[in-house]
Amino acid sequence: MQSLNFLAALPEIVLLVATCVLLVADLFVPDARRNITYVLTLAILVLTGAACWWLLSSGIVTYAFGGMYVTDPMANLLKLVAIIAVALVLVYAQSYARDRGLWKGELFTLSLFSLLGIMLMISANNLLVIYLGLELQALSLYTLVALRRDDARSSEAAMKYFVLGALASGFLLYGMSMLYGATGTLDINELADRIGTGHVASRLALVFGTVFIVAGLAFKFGAVPFHMWVPDVYQGAPTPITMLIGSAPKLAIFAVGFRILVEGLLPIAVDWQRMLILLAVASLVLGNLAAIAQSNLKRMLAYSTIAQMGFVLLAMLSGVVDGRVMAAVNSYSAGMFYVITYALTTLGTFGIILLLSRRGFEAEEIADLRGLNRRSPWYAFVMLLLMFSLAGIPPTVGFYAKLVVLQSLLGDSLQGPMLWLAIIAVMFSLVGAFYYLRVVKVMYFDEPLAGSAVPIAATTDMRVALSVNGLLVLVLGILPQYLLKLCTDAMLRTLGG
Amino acid sequence: MQTTATPWLSLAIWVPIAFGVVLVAVGRDRSAAVVRTVALVGSLVGLLVTLPLYAGFDASSAALQFVEKAPWIERFNANYHLGVDGLSVWFVLLTAFITVIVVLAGWDVIQERVAQYYAAFLILSGLMIGVFSAVDGLLFYVFFEATLIPMYIIIGVWGGPSRVYAAFKFFLYTLLGSLLMLVALVYLYYASGGNFGIFDWHATRLGMTAQILLFLAFFLAFAVKVPMWPVHTWLPDAHVEAPTGGSIVLAAIMLKLGAYGFLRFSLPIVPDASHALSGFIIVLSLIAVVYIGLVALVQTDMKKLVAYSSIAHMGFVTLGFFIFNAVGMAGGIVQMISHGFVSGAMFFCIGVMYDRLHSRDIADYGGVVNTMPRFAAFFMLFAMANSGLPATSGFVGEFMVILGAVKFDFWIALVAASTLVLGAAYSLWMYKRVVFGEVANPAVATLADVNAREFLVLLLLAAAVMWMGLYPKPFTDLMDASVANLLQHASQSKLPAGVAAH
Repeated sequence: MQSLNFLAALPEIVLLVATCVLLVADLFVPDARRNITYVLTLAILVLTGAACWWLLSSGIVTYAFGGMYVTDPMANLLKLVAIIAVALVLVYAQSYARDRGLWKGELFTLSLFSLLGIMLMISANNLLVIYLGLELQALSLYTLVALRRDDARSSEAAMKYFVLGALASGFLLYGMSMLYGATGTLDINELADRIGTGHVASRLALVFGTVFIVAGLAFKFGAVPFHMWVPDVYQGAPTPITMLIGSAPKLAIFAVGFRILVEGLLPIAVDWQRMLILLAVASLVLGNLAAIAQSNLKRMLAYSTIAQMGFVLLAMLSGVVDGRVMAAVNSYSAGMFYVITYALTTLGTFGIILLLSRRGFEAEEIADLRGLNRRSPWYAFVMLLLMFSLAGIPPTVGFYAKLVVLQSLLGDSLQGPMLWLAIIAVMFSLVGAFYYLRVVKVMYFDEPLAGSAVPIAATTDMRVALSVNGLLVLVLGILPQYLLKLCTDAMLRTLGG
Repeated sequence: MQTTATPWLSLAIWVPIAFGVVLVAVGRDRSAAVVRTVALVGSLVGLLVTLPLYAGFDASSAALQFVEKAPWIERFNANYHLGVDGLSVWFVLLTAFITVIVVLAGWDVIQERVAQYYAAFLILSGLMIGVFSAVDGLLFYVFFEATLIPMYIIIGVWGGPSRVYAAFKFFLYTLLGSLLMLVALVYLYYASGGNFGIFDWHATRLGMTAQILLFLAFFLAFAVKVPMWPVHTWLPDAHVEAPTGGSIVLAAIMLKLGAYGFLRFSLPIVPDASHALSGFIIVLSLIAVVYIGLVALVQTDMKKLVAYSSIAHMGFVTLGFFIFNAVGMAGGIVQMISHGFVSGAMFFCIGVMYDRLHSRDIADYGGVVNTMPRFAAFFMLFAMANSGLPATSGFVGEFMVILGAVKFDFWIALVAASTLVLGAAYSLWMYKRVVFGEVANPAVATLADVNAREFLVLLLLAAAVMWMGLYPKPFTDLMDASVANLLQHASQSKLPAGVAAH
């Protein structure tokens, strides 16, 4: 392995340097001219994204910093989507944040720092680096949730997020220390080697360590029974921050799960596979059932996220068929496709919530969408596409996300437990369809509430971005092959390289 | 397989969808007249591009015709693969025809969100043609499921008082069935060695357990759609609440998606299971014919009555399919086409009366013939057709199925034949109560007879019903070769070599 290989970390370096410059530069920007910071932030994101795109299109797999860091097509694709997600969050947040005094330098720099953390997590190839990335990401997000410091619910959400997040980080770190104790290494590839060749000091410590790691990951995924923070934080955080929490970090945690469980702990896959089955089924059941009972849209989306993460876990656990690369490529690219489309859809959904909010009014109840088709047929249609995509109804991209997961679940084992998992998964998508349909019902079948017929005001960039976001869900639903191929190829090279 | 230069099937699918998209994008209620005209043009062009399918169809061949094939999703080895054979070509034409009827039926009635209304129907029409012409399993599923979205909107936005309940029930019921079918499709994808082609699946060998499970998964999806007793309960709700156009499309075409699924999937892909479980299907079909026929008899709501009669008629279709002879199967298909015209016409007639009186209650009518003589004449024809009177299209299909059933088992045929009595009873009794007798309701005395637009729609439907009743040969000629081919497929065991058929 090469010693230092700065090229591998090019996007992160660009991002870090630029963010530090922005941090200083923003001090000289008066509040009234905050748009300068906004434009600069977007420019930084474009630059970082270009670096990722360049690495992605070159298709290289290289290690850097003595094997602590890896850049591969999977990482670059996920990073690219994370960058787009953060950019969309800022575009959608504009008028909302301005009206509520959140349009401050902190919003930009903290978002960028959390993005840096996310990118670190995605590329980390060493348990400690993973932890560092995770903490950078989490600390920035804790602060962002608390950004409206005089709002009681927001502060409560921040507190809850911080305490439970710290607990989860503790779990993860504890698990990592056990893995280190059992194998004597923090390097992921080395870990797999040592476990595979039987160089394990204590089998017990290894398994316990895995339990803690899985629990920590489940916390971050928001999988049942480690989901308690999700609804409160989703509801309490300012909507743009909810949107940020709901999108980009999921990509990172997918990558972390992939690195630790698949690349590091593959030899004991049988153990963590069972844990993931339990987590996935519990998330599908509880997430979908609890979402039905919600009247708050953000809370409903929180439970829907829990259920959606169940699907991602299903994809992750389905890939382990004794070392055959093709099946693994299928499953992990399915998981990747799922999180990417999920992030895209979630961004659009929260974008609609932000669009309907205005000064002094949070559009967070499902009832606030009443008669949207009367007020704005176009955005009602966009929301309809997003809801059907979350429900997994063709011709939207959400359908293919569910389909690839089903495909990788069924695999070659046409009988047995995987078939039942697949049936449970589709049956609970049926339950899920109910509450997504309810949102469509409220928009299309109900009349608007008196006094809610306020014209929808939004900046041009937001209108364009939201429309493209919504249409993308449809276009990718009719022509999913390109994104699917991108995911499959990326995973093929990542696993093969 | 014969390929054509002009992609007629793609045009048949995408022309209505394109018109629908344009309407929903730029149509406004302010310019409702323009919207209606554009919708009519869209549906007419949609009908025109399906005509070459009839003209250029080679009836002597069971092979797929007008084939289009392009790679679609590499990962699943799924293709944009279209084609029609004798089983499906009529339904493409029927869908395009009914769409014109629906556009005309909503002309004056729909005054709110006109553009969205027509867009939903045009898009729905394209999607349904897609279902009938897709020969790739995944493509079929995408079209099959996508039809739920516009129908959900149609029932929910333009429907009656409890439209929300009906829309949800419709959506969730059908989704329940089709989700298990999705699992079955993925299973077949693996079983056939990584392939989504429906005709490749016809050659796939499957063990008996797998066949039974697949059959049940398909059965659930298609039985809900047909609908068969006892999973029919969504239909009366959906029909009653849907606007007239929605009821017409539901009865005339959407129900056929399910029956068509039996022909395309169940019979040829899992023939051994189909044979093993045919008794089960036959019993359910007979229950639909007799029991649902009796249920129809006691309805007081006209739309509900016709909805139940639809279920009974569709029982005939599934009966015809599962007695495994050519007459029965062709009869089932003829019955599907005929029911498309007749049920569409019945719902349109009820819509005509509802537009004037805003009631579907039989008790509110009586003596309609005094004020609406021309309408009464047409309604008479359709009620007759609904009860299966000779010289109407309703007779042909039922007669063929009964003929097939006699060959199969006399007693089954006897029970099935009770429909001739029951159908006449509920159709004509309703007709008598609504149209004849004294004018009891003063509002009926003020009714105006059908206007030119309504007359045109009735005339078109009547022509179709009479043509099919008097000269059904063109219909059966087109399907004979394909039916024979399907039966031959369905009679071959698909069990793995070495396992003896039962």
